[in-house]
Amino acid sequence: MTLYLLCLILFCIGLYGVLRKRNIVKIIIGLGIIEYAMNLFFVLLGYRYHGRAPIYAQNQQILDMVDPLPQALVLTSIVIGLGVTALVISMAIRIYEKYGTFDITKIKRLKG
Amino acid sequence: MLTQNIIPLFVIIPLFSAFFISFIGRFVKKTFINAFCCFSTAALLFFSAFSISALKASATSVLVYTIGGWKPPYGICLVLDGLSVLMLVTVNLVAFLVCVYSVSYMEKYTDRTKFFTLFFLMLCGMNGLVVTGDLFNLFVFLEIASISSYALVAFGTEAEELEASFKYAIMGSVASSFIFIGIAFLYGFTSTLNMADMARVISEKPQMWLVPFVSVLFLMGFGLKAALVPFHAWLPDAHSSAPASISAMLSGVLIKTLGIYAMIRIFFNIFGITQALQSALMFLGALSMLVAVILALSQWDLKRLLAYHSISQVGYVVLGLGLGTPLGILGGLFHLFNHSVFKSLLFLNSGAIDYAVGTRDLKEMSGLRKKMPVTAATNFIASMSIAGIPPFNGFFSKLLIIFACIEKGYIGYALAAVAASILTLASFMKVQKFAFLGELKEKYAEVKEAPLAMQFSMVCLALVCIFGGLLLLPIFKPFLTSAADVLLAGRGYAGGVFKAVLR
Repeated sequence: MTLYLLCLILFCIGLYGVLRKRNIVKIIIGLGIIEYAMNLFFVLLGYRYHGRAPIYAQNQQILDMVDPLPQALVLTSIVIGLGVTALVISMAIRIYEKYGTFDITKIKRLKG
Repeated sequence: MLTQNIIPLFVIIPLFSAFFISFIGRFVKKTFINAFCCFSTAALLFFSAFSISALKASATSVLVYTIGGWKPPYGICLVLDGLSVLMLVTVNLVAFLVCVYSVSYMEKYTDRTKFFTLFFLMLCGMNGLVVTGDLFNLFVFLEIASISSYALVAFGTEAEELEASFKYAIMGSVASSFIFIGIAFLYGFTSTLNMADMARVISEKPQMWLVPFVSVLFLMGFGLKAALVPFHAWLPDAHSSAPASISAMLSGVLIKTLGIYAMIRIFFNIFGITQALQSALMFLGALSMLVAVILALSQWDLKRLLAYHSISQVGYVVLGLGLGTPLGILGGLFHLFNHSVFKSLLFLNSGAIDYAVGTRDLKEMSGLRKKMPVTAATNFIASMSIAGIPPFNGFFSKLLIIFACIEKGYIGYALAAVAASILTLASFMKVQKFAFLGELKEKYAEVKEAPLAMQFSMVCLALVCIFGGLLLLPIFKPFLTSAADVLLAGRGYAGGVFKAVLR
């Protein structure tokens, strides 16, 4: 249970970073933290204490194994997160070239 | 050939086209790229039209393709039912016409190859999301479509476009993470990812808090993707900054597939809709309808005005679907189809004006009717459609939604829908007056009509607008009613899918 709560706290830290920080780079870091928190949560769902890897071997009974599916899904999700982060960072570089600042409150040409 | 073998083609064709174009783009002529893109979108349109008859011919009204022969619930399956067919036809119709339009429109931009690569990736994500029967697969396709749309919004790499795209990317990613957490909770509870199996487990296993909690997560996530009102802040920026052909795709189909389709598929077919969820959907729909149209009234940037109207029209769709009665769902789905037609037409018109005149400001343009007759005529048709004037398609779907509200006794929502429709008419009268009527400004004496490919797309969409109302005739009605039946069946979806697998 504690582990799940820690995940929630990590998620909230990330959300705080996205919502409250003014620097674009810090917002991106916050987004990264959110992604880590949710990946961690998903992996934890399939974990069990003193479990073993779900590898089939001959003459062996597998009694308590870790659920492998969340691990596979989280791998996919990590790759997606990498794609988003790379795209957003390249956008941040271009924004710095155009506006000359990383401060989100000064980047406001769009209104209405 | 088994008819269900056409289902994976909806993912394969755009995915192949995207990578093929990015490979050969550097070495071949422009005309070849154009021809290839138009050909593959036309093939997609053909297959989605074919899927209507394939579905009608099959006995079970659901077609299931099991990837690699692994039967669900263990393997991933692709499901084609009435709702998917409706969405596929909508997406691929708009995609084909937008692709033809882009052939001329992209002359303004430098990198045609990258544009089409991203365009096809977005199309792949949307088609895949519509046909998938697996919840995690749905998330992956959703992310493919979202990431390519972030990149497409920033395609011009001007300051405003980057700003809009950054906003969109951050909010979209937060929304995706909410959706991901919702999927994680559902997996933890049901130990399955197949949507049909999940529906079966949820109806059998007793649960107290899970479905309401996950519904809220999905409502936030998909609501943000669909830009319902409390979550709408990114849409006017993103949709008005993108290239016009992409705005047409984003407003026309992306917010509907990523937001509304995914949301109603999960709410109706997996959770089995409850009264509380229905009320939430109706309230959000009515709120977006009114707030967005009021915000739209004061806009002078043509594309921004259209973007606000997208939010408002999506409100109609959600209101109709949230009613949950056969008539309301029919009206909502019909309005979804109609809106994607006339809103993409309006965005294509704004792109044509931008192409010929070079401005998006309504105060700058005047009297363009004389110089651009095709754009003016199609824009008039689309404006009348979106405002709900009788012979055009928008009228019928709005009428159905209003009737459904009255039938269920929600007079307030019905009045809100009428009021929003009148305000829509007012704001499109403004567009007509400032852009097309009045005296021609002297500096526009040299303005020419848009190129032929752009005119072709606009005329085709205008024809669909005029004849769209005919879809309610008994001959064509199964197209809409079979989609509505899928939603009305609720958790019966699971039984249909399993029966189709065993066959």
